[in-house]
Amino acid sequence: MEERWYRSASGARIALRRRQHSASCRELAVRCPRLRLRSLSATTSAAWLAAYGLFVLTENSMVLSAAIIITLVGLIVYLHFVKIDQESLLVIGSLGIQVTSSYASGKESTTFIEMSQVKDVVINEAIHMQKVIYYLCILLQDPGDPQGLSEVVPLFQSSKPRLDCLIEVYKSCQEILEQRKTVPQSS
Amino acid sequence: MVLKVFFPSCCASAESGILIGRWISEQNSAVILAVVHFPFIPVQVKQYLSEVQRVTKVSVSVLGSWSNSKQEKEESLSEFLEDLGTIFSHEPWIQISKEGDSKFWSCSTLPKNSNNPKEEEIILVYYDQRKVMLSHLHPPLDTAASTDHKAEDASKLSAIFDTVAKSKILFMTDRYDDGPIKLTHWQSDGVEASIIVELMKQASVPACMLLTFLLSLVSGVCRSWVLKFWPLSFLWSKLSTCEQLGHRLQHLQVISSNKKAQNQTQLMRKANIFVSLLIDVALGMLLMSWLYRKNRIGHLADTLIPVADHVAEELQDLLQWLMGAPAGLKMNRALDQVLGRFFLYHIHLWISYIHLMSPFIEMILWYVGLSACLGLTVALCILSDIIALLTFHIYCFYVYGARLYCLKIYGLSSLWRLFRGKKWNVLRQRVDSCSYDLDQLFIGTLLFTILLFLLPTTALYYLVFTLLRLLVVIVQGLIHLLVDLIDSLPFYSVILRLCRSYRLAAGVKFRVLEQQDRKPLRLLMQINPLSYGSVVQTYRLPTYSCYPKDSWTSLCKKLFLGELIYPWKHKGEKQD
Repeated sequence: MEERWYRSASGARIALRRRQHSASCRELAVRCPRLRLRSLSATTSAAWLAAYGLFVLTENSMVLSAAIIITLVGLIVYLHFVKIDQESLLVIGSLGIQVTSSYASGKESTTFIEMSQVKDVVINEAIHMQKVIYYLCILLQDPGDPQGLSEVVPLFQSSKPRLDCLIEVYKSCQEILEQRKTVPQSS
Repeated sequence: MVLKVFFPSCCASAESGILIGRWISEQNSAVILAVVHFPFIPVQVKQYLSEVQRVTKVSVSVLGSWSNSKQEKEESLSEFLEDLGTIFSHEPWIQISKEGDSKFWSCSTLPKNSNNPKEEEIILVYYDQRKVMLSHLHPPLDTAASTDHKAEDASKLSAIFDTVAKSKILFMTDRYDDGPIKLTHWQSDGVEASIIVELMKQASVPACMLLTFLLSLVSGVCRSWVLKFWPLSFLWSKLSTCEQLGHRLQHLQVISSNKKAQNQTQLMRKANIFVSLLIDVALGMLLMSWLYRKNRIGHLADTLIPVADHVAEELQDLLQWLMGAPAGLKMNRALDQVLGRFFLYHIHLWISYIHLMSPFIEMILWYVGLSACLGLTVALCILSDIIALLTFHIYCFYVYGARLYCLKIYGLSSLWRLFRGKKWNVLRQRVDSCSYDLDQLFIGTLLFTILLFLLPTTALYYLVFTLLRLLVVIVQGLIHLLVDLIDSLPFYSVILRLCRSYRLAAGVKFRVLEQQDRKPLRLLMQINPLSYGSVVQTYRLPTYSCYPKDSWTSLCKKLFLGELIYPWKHKGEKQD
């Protein structure tokens, strides 16, 4: 198992962890920067100051309790649905590719794509806001047309690693994907 | 190629024996269903397997051997197990052995043919047999639509799920049975059953028959009465309560039918309808108990008449305002007075009618409130109908205003064409030029001027009453939206997703367990449940839903021209 540090498209530090479980099974995990206490306190203080200002204007204490409840609910929603801690890719040759996103609250959302549906794993370019970024994606086979594509599944969407990290991941994936092309000939 | 062995986690502590299951050669994977223990007679095992194969149509065979030794590995045992491979010939013969309490098993295969000595990699995938058997795999929604390439493209996972699900009969024998074969699987410690479920199954047959009989009576009565009298049938079609009752009747017919559900979809639909009806009736009973306590019906009836009076007074004020100089606009006095007085008289008639009905209101409400026990949806539909009846005068005003305005617009457009020397050709459905006589032109221009200067007055009345009508329509629409929601939401599926999430599977997820060098790769296969959004989308019940008939542009066009609008269209209604 090895861990290396890279930078994401927005400049934050991310860590890539590679594990080789067996000859045909590899796990690649990208860890995003954690939620900082500074930004959390800043947002909460700003919200509560605004609520206090409103309270002074309107003399209604409901504003304060509403602000507390909104802040708490907003924090829980943010941790459970928005903040992604780690995105990982598990490639099992001859079974498939599994993409997992773990959220800050512990929730994990997983998708498993069978190997017969995977056409290839490629690095693409895209225009995101004002930048051009590189992203890794899985190309899914169209069952009707062997040359066609049915879907493109982008990976590492919230951590957005830069090209150097993507190249490492790409190389690891391709090593396993190549096995499925060479093996049927030998058996 | 890599060999994949799907091993049930319940057999991990089983005694030594042979493995039976299904070999899927296209995917080079073996799905192990059970372990047969020593002692056994090979002929009996083969007989049993062929019988199972005949019943379940799954090609079950002996796949390999399993040895669970508490002490050190014995040489003689391994030779014995290899010899078994020659009795039950299967290519490849899988040998799994576990030593003591070690988590890491050794797995090997006897080579397929002698000219392939290369050792292939083995992946051991553990799966929870009971959950995989009960689960239903849902294909992604877009691929479910395309039915070609189904057979060959059937995903590998669905083959595994199918195998386990169809082999239910294999799991019916437990270790307390006195058969020649001793198996270990998820139910081998004793077949589970629930007394309540069995009793309900027995009781459901006569209950269904009784319900079918009652329903046929009710629907017979409905059909005979409704078609006879014209006013009654017209009323029936206009009241949304009757439509909702008819819808629920249909649902009851679906539940009480004697045919067993063919596949998963039908079973889920029946269950969803049943639970939806149950929840509806429960909420209706709750509402009823709340309404009839502390004489709330009396209070409601007492406030109804003052509210109707208040609405009528507000309308009268509005008309007085229109008859004066509304928003600073100057109306044509004569037309204004005529229209205003006409509508005021109409309101006066309506108020007298309401006052005539007032002594009976409480009794009517009391009996109508009893029908809330049929369900909350019925109560909401009754509410919507009451609103429609109470605001009937607004509807009438809207119709008068719209017709007047529509006539005016048509007249204006036709006279405008005359002004320019053109005519609408009905035969050719287009505008043609036409030469008019002088007196035709004179009278036409005169009429055009009159209509044009009277337009603001009529347009204002039309605008005001259309807005009021739209308000009522929006309120009714919201109530119907709520009724639709209760009707179509698949409660049973959502509760199933909440409590037994493994039953509705979107796919699987793998977890890599602890590894050891030179031992096969160990994975745990778990069921990935369907998301709530997909559950609702897949199992939605169809309704007679009201959806807007027109797009925004056509609606605006109709409003501008003064055509009557019926914004909500019910499925099954004929086009106007």
